[in-house]
Amino acid sequence: MDLDFSVEELAFRDEVRQFLADSLPSEMRERMARGDDSNIRDDIQDWQKILHAKGWGAPGWPVEFGGTGWSKTRQYIFENECALADAPAQLAFGIKMVAPVIMRFGSTEQQQRFLPRILAAQDWWCQGYSETGSGSDLASLKMKAERDGDEYVLNGQKVWNTLGQFADWIFCLVRTDATGKPQKGISFLLVDMKSPGISVRPTRLLDGTYEVNEIWFDNVRVSVANRVGEENQGWTYAKFLLGHERTNIAGIGSSKRELLRLKQMAAGVARNGASLLQDPVFANRIAQVEIELRALEITNMRVIFAEASQQAPGPEASLLKIRGTEIMQRISELQVDLLGPGALGFGESGGEGAHTSATYLNLRKLSIYGGSNEIQRNIIAQMILRL
Amino acid sequence: MDFSFTEEQQMLLETTRRFIGERYDFDYRNQVRASAAGWSSEVWSQLAELGLLAVNVPEADGGIGAGPVGTMLVCNAVGEGMLLEPFLSSAVIATQAIATLGSSEQRERWLPGLASGELIAVLAHDEDATRHAPMQVQTVAEANGEGWVLSGRKTLVYHAPAAQLLLVSARLADGTLGLFTVAADSPGLSLQACTTVDEQRAAHVLLDRVAVGADARLGQAGEQGLQQVLDYATAALCAEAFGAMDRILAATIEYSRSRVQFGAPIGSFQALQHRMAEMLMHLEQARSMSYLATAHCTDPDADTRAASLSAAKALMGQAARYIGQNAVQLHGGMGMTDELNVSHYFKRLLAFELRFGTTDDHLEVYRRQL
Repeated sequence: MDLDFSVEELAFRDEVRQFLADSLPSEMRERMARGDDSNIRDDIQDWQKILHAKGWGAPGWPVEFGGTGWSKTRQYIFENECALADAPAQLAFGIKMVAPVIMRFGSTEQQQRFLPRILAAQDWWCQGYSETGSGSDLASLKMKAERDGDEYVLNGQKVWNTLGQFADWIFCLVRTDATGKPQKGISFLLVDMKSPGISVRPTRLLDGTYEVNEIWFDNVRVSVANRVGEENQGWTYAKFLLGHERTNIAGIGSSKRELLRLKQMAAGVARNGASLLQDPVFANRIAQVEIELRALEITNMRVIFAEASQQAPGPEASLLKIRGTEIMQRISELQVDLLGPGALGFGESGGEGAHTSATYLNLRKLSIYGGSNEIQRNIIAQMILRL
Repeated sequence: MDFSFTEEQQMLLETTRRFIGERYDFDYRNQVRASAAGWSSEVWSQLAELGLLAVNVPEADGGIGAGPVGTMLVCNAVGEGMLLEPFLSSAVIATQAIATLGSSEQRERWLPGLASGELIAVLAHDEDATRHAPMQVQTVAEANGEGWVLSGRKTLVYHAPAAQLLLVSARLADGTLGLFTVAADSPGLSLQACTTVDEQRAAHVLLDRVAVGADARLGQAGEQGLQQVLDYATAALCAEAFGAMDRILAATIEYSRSRVQFGAPIGSFQALQHRMAEMLMHLEQARSMSYLATAHCTDPDADTRAASLSAAKALMGQAARYIGQNAVQLHGGMGMTDELNVSHYFKRLLAFELRFGTTDDHLEVYRRQL
């Protein structure tokens, strides 16, 4: 048993750090550090191009598709270092979500057409999963795809579509058979966002941002060649995708970065003549979350080690998701509590604290999306505890 | 990064588990618990025969020298079986103290007996004053020319009634702390036997001008040396607690599958499923922290060691409380009885939370180094 990284892994970490120091543009880093999303599309795509030029565009892909072929441990180190350095997070919808599905279940033609463009930041992908009546119960989705010759005709609505306002493509789960079990009649389609009949309507969120959209499909025609895998087998691919979304699901790197920020903030705020970092009540809360983060970091490494020595991500990912999101949310709560009335401002005119309170509001999403934490507990009960 | 164990380490775990599975089931444990001594000398000899009492005796001194990881694995199994024998007290804590702090003469004198199980030794350190401040030792050691004279009162010393040798911490006239080997039958030493909340035997130890020789002082390491022993003990106790947490959760899951109410196993109800999912997360986080405690319990850097152990003990204390309380809750009335193992695990976990620094004590230690 050895909890520390090996000499090779440490050397790799140093290489990543050096690369980040040399190659992450400082304006980009600063925008990320202060939570400035005003240039987010370009920041994400420009950073992707820099990574691609380095050969690091797809940390989780095998070499044959232009990926790095890195081990899970290296991917973990890379993502943590990127988060710690305030690099923009790579857009998961392409690299981590649709790409693994195309690699595993797509045709050679689909692989050649889509994967290089994802890698080179030529296409922006978004996800069409949830519907107004289908959130946690995703398999009940109703958006229709009716066959008409070599095409499907799509009608319906997707919601909670993240950053689709920038998207070139959307991968959708659609209903191709409504007669049997809900899971059996779903297909996985790749849809060009420029197709006639698609309209994107922003959903304003509680923090004032436009991060998610409703997407309406009105007689949108999609070639059958854009279906991944078999008709009515989409649910299988969607479950496969969920397994791949999770390598960094605990968000250890972002939590470490925000915890550091919290401690820096605490050191500069005083109560009863001592900094909040020495304040028994407040520092105790910091200590508590730091301890839990330390434990989760080890738990995360245990899961990676288990995966490396045998299988695909298992239901343990649910544990990482729940605890990881709880920790991120608590750190952001602490940042708000630390500022106190200083976090009352909102929006452009709200001053420095406005970002902190907006982040707190925004991060409530963490325990809701990607399978709510309650759904994750169901998964643990069923898949691990076998109840 | 490597979470695997060597073959030798695996073997220690399996050997201990197999022995407990074959020889130490819940009914047998109840017999031991009800016996006059409260532990079984027969089991003790068998543990010795299996070599398990030698895990903390260095190879150079004729033992196995299994180190923190081997000790952790054996302690996992000891916790699973809720052993009443003085494994942690003698084979881990006292043995480690003598092996790391003792002179070569002291090691030669005591370690063979500890490894063979013929000698049982315990650390007599806790006092009323050390409850939340482990170094506030009031027991004193006066030099008398030929050796030392010890006076004071040690509280709730686990397995003291079974021990022939006590390792007594005491404050010297110059303010330094010493650790002294004291024969249990020394004139002036008396025991007030008691049972602990986790069903182990203990005693308050009264030292009324107990004279020991000049060779009785264990090393010269003072508070630092004692702290090293306490840290090693804490990691081992964490491992024991993990074993108990693992079993009490397993028992709860099993019970929820078989207990039928409203025409369905209660484990099929979501409110209970989510509680058990939460218990599992506490358990896995506790396992990670037990690893952390083990990895750093002999760290030469005292600050890293303290931070790691306090983080581990605090988190595991909270996990133990959550898992223990909810295990009783989910067993309903049956969880309140003496009949099922659940209540016994629950008490073992309570003792874990309170020993070697409470959860709050360790949170406080951790907070101070933020």
